[in-house]
Amino acid sequence: MQTPAVEPRWRFDLYILPFILLLGTIVGIAWAAKSPEWAMRMQGWTFAGCMAVIGAWYLGMYGASRVPDDESGLYTNGVVRAGVIASMVWAIAGMAVGLIIALQLSFPHLFYFPDLPWTNFGRMRPLHTSAVIFAFGGNVLIATSFYVVQRTCRARLWGGSLPWFVFWGYNAFIVLAGTGYLLGITQSKEYAEPEWYADLWLTIVWVCYLLTYLGTIIKRKEPHIYVANWFYLAFIATIAVLHIVNNLALPVSVFESESFSLFSGVQSALTQWWYGHNAVGFFLTAGFLGIMYYFIPKRADRPIYSYRLSIVHFWSLIFIYIWAGPHHLLYTALPEWAQTLGMTFSIILWMPSWGGMINGLMTLSGAWDKLRTDPVLRMMVVSVAFYGMATFEGPAMSIKTVNALSHYTNWTIGHVHSGALGWVAYVSFGAIYCLVPWLWQKKKLYSNSLVEWHFWLSTLGIVLYITSMWVAGITQGLMWRAYNEYGFLEYSFVEAVQAMHPYYIIRAIGGGLFLLGTLIMAFNLWKTVNDEGVESVPAGKLAMEPAE
Amino acid sequence: MKHEVFEKNSIILLIGILIVVAIGGAVEIAPLFWVNGTVEKISGMRPYTPLELEGQKIYVSEGCNVCHSQMIRSLRDEVERYGHYSLAAESMYDHPFLWGSERTGPDLARVGGKYSDEWHRAHLVDPRSVVPESIMPPYKHLEATELDYRDIQAMLKADRSVGVPYSDDQIAHAKEDLEAQANPDSDGVDGLKKRYGDKLNIRAFTGQPGRITKADALIAYLQMLGTLVDFKTYHPEAPENRR
Repeated sequence: MQTPAVEPRWRFDLYILPFILLLGTIVGIAWAAKSPEWAMRMQGWTFAGCMAVIGAWYLGMYGASRVPDDESGLYTNGVVRAGVIASMVWAIAGMAVGLIIALQLSFPHLFYFPDLPWTNFGRMRPLHTSAVIFAFGGNVLIATSFYVVQRTCRARLWGGSLPWFVFWGYNAFIVLAGTGYLLGITQSKEYAEPEWYADLWLTIVWVCYLLTYLGTIIKRKEPHIYVANWFYLAFIATIAVLHIVNNLALPVSVFESESFSLFSGVQSALTQWWYGHNAVGFFLTAGFLGIMYYFIPKRADRPIYSYRLSIVHFWSLIFIYIWAGPHHLLYTALPEWAQTLGMTFSIILWMPSWGGMINGLMTLSGAWDKLRTDPVLRMMVVSVAFYGMATFEGPAMSIKTVNALSHYTNWTIGHVHSGALGWVAYVSFGAIYCLVPWLWQKKKLYSNSLVEWHFWLSTLGIVLYITSMWVAGITQGLMWRAYNEYGFLEYSFVEAVQAMHPYYIIRAIGGGLFLLGTLIMAFNLWKTVNDEGVESVPAGKLAMEPAE
Repeated sequence: MKHEVFEKNSIILLIGILIVVAIGGAVEIAPLFWVNGTVEKISGMRPYTPLELEGQKIYVSEGCNVCHSQMIRSLRDEVERYGHYSLAAESMYDHPFLWGSERTGPDLARVGGKYSDEWHRAHLVDPRSVVPESIMPPYKHLEATELDYRDIQAMLKADRSVGVPYSDDQIAHAKEDLEAQANPDSDGVDGLKKRYGDKLNIRAFTGQPGRITKADALIAYLQMLGTLVDFKTYHPEAPENRR
């Protein structure tokens, strides 16, 4: 297992991975040359370009047959640094697209180009969701999981250049998927929009991710596997299963982007929401709980509140989450028994979720005073509070009678964003604020008051976002079902659309503030790394890096 | 069993995780493939015509499903606003399903026949020309772009491989049938009707016979939506439809 870093010539990763890249380049060029579709030819060039860039990076890193710096230290840090940078770039890009489409809904003539189909809401919306969830969130998960697993196992990442392949390969997937949406390539399934070839590529990358992660755990020097790693491992393994099953499809031909899903109608619907809800459960929850279980104790300098609760939290969460998918399909053509089962488990899910919240919050016991002085810790604690709120709202919305009102409305959008902005983004921001000084050997961040600005602007943004969407959603739901005194429907559909106008504007302002906060953060991090006024940690202290 | 077993052995931990997460999905999803009544027995459903299938692909490609659902829930106001609640059978040939999750715009499960072709054409070019309060983006390029249907036969074949019962005859004549549906005066109309039945919309959907654009395909698809099932033959209380 333990490949010696000093013998790069005989390492499997230096043969197999460049071979995969070469193969990818050839496949990309073949699509570019042979596909009858213009969009697919563009995808071919994009893919070949990505593969070639990664290949060139490999040559630069390993071509001189020297041991890269990254493989000589105690831990592999380069790939974590790259992940942090990619996270911030994608965060800004994804949130900016979100702001644009929010403005399009507010003012349909803003960003209005009738002759440019890629500027339409229908194509940009998946770009926004994928960019924030998979590009920003995914890079945060890759970076933090690689950081955490090394410290908690006291072992360097397994696989030589494999972690780098995971990082580059994953980002190539993002580029391929994102440009595909703009070209009109999608299989329509929410959060699983990429077509068959992008899915295949992600499968290869994801298996490499699992291997890196598991390999590192196997060669650990700590007897116990730390709790954060359970969550990361559950996230990686379950996402692999969900991704593969939900994306089973038959392409029209190997040179065309279009495919037909293996399942149809009601079976396809439940498979998709089994996937979709557990993309929330395992990507956006289990993975980020891994962050919570490492970074909050670390930053607060306190042990996890209850180890027993971690165990109960972990197993009950992953068992129950999987069942909750049907709550996306209440009152639809899905059989009644499946709806009832989904609703029941969604309500039960409240308990493990709050168990995790309590475990995270109570870790602050004896350190609550730090919330006044450390805005980074405050951000992470607020994220856990938002996690608690969103995981209470979710079960409530899964109750059939509530769902009858809330489904199809903006309430869902509000619910998603209280989880996405309040929980996922905040815990990520907290982790990144911790990581940048640690990784770039700085004593502290460039400015704590800029973190304060970030915190308060974005909190205001979240509040505007979710309250406007609550009111919007409930208004919509009530207008759709309102009857007049003669027993006829009171409102036409478009009247409910009109009623959304002020709420869409407030939502866009909220999203704008959140983006502004992220820009401030990026500036602060940039200055932390590059400003000469920020003191560095003396080189000799590197071995003393925080370890669990 | 002590939890230590999982904490000290990564492979056992991984296997434990996989077993625990497999249970829910297996219990909920697998029965949908064999429990009777999951998909109702009704008459009228047929595979989409080649032009409608192309239209559905455009519907997906442009992300129409992002704002429009195709699933009328069994609630009084929805049935009064949109028509009979949707049956599972109505999406049995959709690979994948297009039920949607948001109604930024109205449900489209039964939009077929509710508006004229010309209304749809104008609405796609500039939604606010027919609905001033609309916030829908423009799809002007659909009418400006000729439909590329060179691969229509391969599409039908792939669709058949995943379970849609296209006949050999339908696959062999895919291209002619597609052209015939957009041109009511052509010779292929009889063959098209023979293969897909009489209940078809055969028109020059954007008013230009001989020129088949993406808008033609999309309108053909929209005009078919929700019109296939003969609800006189559907008995919700019949034992085979109990669910």
